[in-house]
Amino acid sequence: MDGATTAPDVIEGEASASVERPLQRVPLVLHRRNFSWITERIAGAVEGPGPRWWWVTFAITSMVAMFGLFCLGYQISTGVGTWGLNHPVGWAWDITNFVFWIGIGHAGTLISAILFLLRQKWRTSINRSAEAMTLFAVICAAIFPGVHVGRVWMAWFLAPLPNNYGIWPNFRSPLLWDVFAVSTYFSVSVLFWYTGLIPDLATLRDRATTKIKKLLYGIFAVGWRGSNRNWRHYEMAYLLLAGLSTPLVLSVHSVVSFDFATSIIPTWHTTIFPPYFVAGAIFGGFAMVLTLLIPARAIYKLQDIITPQHIDKMAKVILLTGSIVSYAYAMEFFVAWYSGNQYEKYAFFNRIFGPYWWYWWVGMLFCNALSPQFFWFKRFRQNIYVVYFVCMCVNAGMWFERFIIIVGGLHRDFLPSSWGMFYPTWVDIWTFIGTLGIFLSLFLMFIRYLPMIAMSEVKIVLPEANPHHASPEEHHVVAAGGKERT
Amino acid sequence: MANFFPRWTNWLPLKIAICGTVVVCGLTGATWYYITPKYTRVGYQPIQPVPFPHDIHVAQLGMDCTQVQKDNPKLEPVRASWKTGQPVEWVQLHRTPDYVYYNHAAHVNRGISCASCHGQVNRMGIMHHDKPHSMAWCLECHRHPENFLRPETQITNLDWKPDWEKPAEFVAKYGQPTEATDDWAKKQKLTQEEIGQTLKERWNIQPPLNCQGCHR
Repeated sequence: MDGATTAPDVIEGEASASVERPLQRVPLVLHRRNFSWITERIAGAVEGPGPRWWWVTFAITSMVAMFGLFCLGYQISTGVGTWGLNHPVGWAWDITNFVFWIGIGHAGTLISAILFLLRQKWRTSINRSAEAMTLFAVICAAIFPGVHVGRVWMAWFLAPLPNNYGIWPNFRSPLLWDVFAVSTYFSVSVLFWYTGLIPDLATLRDRATTKIKKLLYGIFAVGWRGSNRNWRHYEMAYLLLAGLSTPLVLSVHSVVSFDFATSIIPTWHTTIFPPYFVAGAIFGGFAMVLTLLIPARAIYKLQDIITPQHIDKMAKVILLTGSIVSYAYAMEFFVAWYSGNQYEKYAFFNRIFGPYWWYWWVGMLFCNALSPQFFWFKRFRQNIYVVYFVCMCVNAGMWFERFIIIVGGLHRDFLPSSWGMFYPTWVDIWTFIGTLGIFLSLFLMFIRYLPMIAMSEVKIVLPEANPHHASPEEHHVVAAGGKERT
Repeated sequence: MANFFPRWTNWLPLKIAICGTVVVCGLTGATWYYITPKYTRVGYQPIQPVPFPHDIHVAQLGMDCTQVQKDNPKLEPVRASWKTGQPVEWVQLHRTPDYVYYNHAAHVNRGISCASCHGQVNRMGIMHHDKPHSMAWCLECHRHPENFLRPETQITNLDWKPDWEKPAEFVAKYGQPTEATDDWAKKQKLTQEEIGQTLKERWNIQPPLNCQGCHR
């Protein structure tokens, strides 16, 4: 599956040319790939006819998406009763799915904004797809709070619009902050993603062969000519947008956590929630980035751009954030015990030994807390199958975590006579599967019609892009491991 | 790069931006003005089976609602209705939706005049819809009832004005708010707000502002 996991080669010339550099750096693009190869490989994936695997996969995912949309239509036309919600569980799969999807988006913003400001050059290989994934995840997330209000045509009440009803949104409610947080997040993410796309769209425009492609890529490239002036404006805009997105990485999921933390339900009413949720979001998001990119790099033979080094670094982020999340889990139990509050204590006892016990043991304990611990070891971080297995565990585990928090908190609260269980209906289940279909369909369309890797940015991190770069051909012999591949 | 966009497209983005702004602002303004009960309801004046000029009967002749004129030929549909038992098909003017609970007794017994909701009917030749009856309009009064309350004897007096109240008599009958520092009985005139605040406190008027107050 992975042809590039052999010993990473080193640019010999770079390392020996500078005497003071004690360690050799592994290059971000392997096998000395040049500008032309990068353009051909990435733009080529968009320009050729659609491969058969793409059509087959897209047919399946779009059918699933259509069935999900049918479920939404059925729910809207019939009522929220088509979902399994009832007393005492008034939020279940809907809000679980919302938090799950919105969390996934955070990896994209972290990679594109925070890693950009921290000058982490390895982000260039993955930021484009991660940002696209963010947008598609936020689209899926926005569906659930939108329809769970029941009367969808009343959803405009969430916006502060002057109206004939003389009513106004309640600005003290975190549910309203949520609307603003998510809509801001989506708008800024779209702007950031699109700004980054402009130079690459211009490349596609210049290479386009048909009139319609020229026209469409031409319109969206907004007259980019690659001039010095263009680049100067572009880099300033990109920097500003990165600055604007950076607080969103932390704020959006903090606000999502306030939906719970400002209530009085045991297990929801805790101050640890904002950092706990943000760490969980980045944790789940990186797992989803790897879930999408590991197959994509194999299919499109991008192992020289998305290298084992990139996967290794993402695995380390998963290990870090997974450990923060595990610490938060442990701290919740400690606080429940230390507070001496009987409701809090019972709620956490119920989490482990109550009717939803296996969600905790499998989802939170194994998938989220234990499985990322494999990544302490380099051999596991370098093994694509282990990485993929852990990512799938995290994907599932983060969904279970949100379900445990939401339904686990609601189904047994202060009044034992009102205790109950939540049972999803087929509409619940298929709406969620439908959003998976929407997400994958959108991602498949993205890799079919847009460059999935930021060509211009990857070129910037090549050694040749450095003005002080001395061409290795002129001074040094090509490294033995760096023989050309096609 | 190939130059496949003709020259006229250079100004196209600006043109689209300007036209788009104009259209969006125009639509917003038009919606704001036209798609509200202030525009769609106020002034509605349907033709009724029996034309009944309230202005002549009430304002000029000083008739009361209980007095009936029997011999006018224009009242034939009413007499026919009485004989056949078929109701007269009046055109409904003020239509309150079925999801709104509205109790007339609670309002007219606590200082809200007919005129506050139906306008000065005594001045209308043909009845028309005078107030918007939108939810914002309901809440305007529920939030600040002191702007509309009047003495219970003046509820059906559609011409009543706050100036008519004699401060000494009013204060003797209803008192004045506990917050007021000076003696209102010595005032020349009372404003609507002063009358309203007094009555609000005296009758302990707390109009419901929660959804269930009207949507039960």
